[in-house]
Amino acid sequence: MKEPLRQHLILRMVSKFLIPYILLFALYVQFHGDYGPGGGFQAGVIFAAGIVLYALIFSLHRARRAFPDRAVELFISLGVLIYGGTGILCLLRGGRFLDYSVLSTHDPIHGQHLGILLVELGVGITVTAAMVAIFFAFADRGRA
Amino acid sequence: MSPGLFNDWIVIFLMMTGFYTLITRGNLIKKLIGLGVFQVSVFMLYISMGKVEGGTAPILTEGVVHYSNPLPHVLILTAIVVGIATLAVGLALTVRIQEAYGTIEEDEIRELGGIE
Amino acid sequence: MLLLAGTALAIVLLRDLFAVVMLSAIFSLLSASLFVLLDAVDVAFTEAAVGAGISTVLMLGALALTSTREKASRNFQLVPFLVVLLTGGVLVYATLDMPRFGDPQAPIHQHVAPRYLNASMREVGVENVVSAVLASYRGYDTYGETMVIFTAAVSVLLLLGGGRKRSRTELEPPEEAP
Repeated sequence: MKEPLRQHLILRMVSKFLIPYILLFALYVQFHGDYGPGGGFQAGVIFAAGIVLYALIFSLHRARRAFPDRAVELFISLGVLIYGGTGILCLLRGGRFLDYSVLSTHDPIHGQHLGILLVELGVGITVTAAMVAIFFAFADRGRA
Repeated sequence: MSPGLFNDWIVIFLMMTGFYTLITRGNLIKKLIGLGVFQVSVFMLYISMGKVEGGTAPILTEGVVHYSNPLPHVLILTAIVVGIATLAVGLALTVRIQEAYGTIEEDEIRELGGIE
Repeated sequence: MLLLAGTALAIVLLRDLFAVVMLSAIFSLLSASLFVLLDAVDVAFTEAAVGAGISTVLMLGALALTSTREKASRNFQLVPFLVVLLTGGVLVYATLDMPRFGDPQAPIHQHVAPRYLNASMREVGVENVVSAVLASYRGYDTYGETMVIFTAAVSVLLLLGGGRKRSRTELEPPEEAP
């Protein structure tokens, strides 16, 4: 991990081509989880894998510039807060904790959809940020 | 002795392989990998319990009557993610042990007085 | 499945930790394909992404910080082997009471699952039952789950991060060395 794999032309070009698609696929998995296989956990891991690939092929330094420590740490807690906040919102609207049916005024099904979307988003954000933070922590040690 | 138990037996074999690695190997990373094998075997046990003969993946579609049991899938889905979390913490501890003692072999650490 | 068993055996026997990590990635991928066969597409997805992707990278990161050779010890140890054999034997004996593979009458399929399968479309309105159960019916569990990830990330940062101040000063010099 000390020497970035920058000098391998093929690796560089292929990953340059692939990384946007990996990230896009992660978003697809995130938001299509209601209808097909997928959800926050998978999307988070795939998104993090894209970032890790970027850090491995180009340098760790560049990856950390794109995803600064402070932002990553913020996102770890932001995801949990979104999840918890959804639960609290349900409480405020007169339902039970994480009972999404009350989120929509006209149709409980819509509330459920919204709730699942928000909750999965929270999970996805936390998983992505946590995996990236863990990877950065390991990679950082290697250079110290 | 029916062939319907083949999955269970493979699961037990994998479980015991992981268990053996865990108790005989002194290297901490090898131990973590053994734990991973054990973990995957438990996942397999759950998933094979959820399988229904002639069923399909639990995504509701028109014209399909039998689905596999979605409950084990949910449990294992979360278990995998917890698995990676614990693995990360374990590896972090291993790295710190390496830095503190200069080795990750259990007996050498014990000789150095690491474990009382 | 026999491939899986073979890979597991190789994992135990090999001493080169680099090869072992690679084998464990293969092991994860094989088990992911097994999960597809067993209709657990969501699980297979996660296993492939986590086991073959992230965990391999993390293990390689840890290997780079430690040593890649396992110290030679006696390969065969009798007492642990007997313990393992005994436990395995007891477990195999226990499987004789297990419901047969794929049996629709097994107890696991009788209780909660049919309700989820039948009612989730009406109550949650999401095609993927796994998502419905994960996020809606069992929202509490998943919340706890997210907390576990959060805690793990925080503890790894505490163990390895070494404080932000240090890493920031380290980042300052640009990494443009040849």
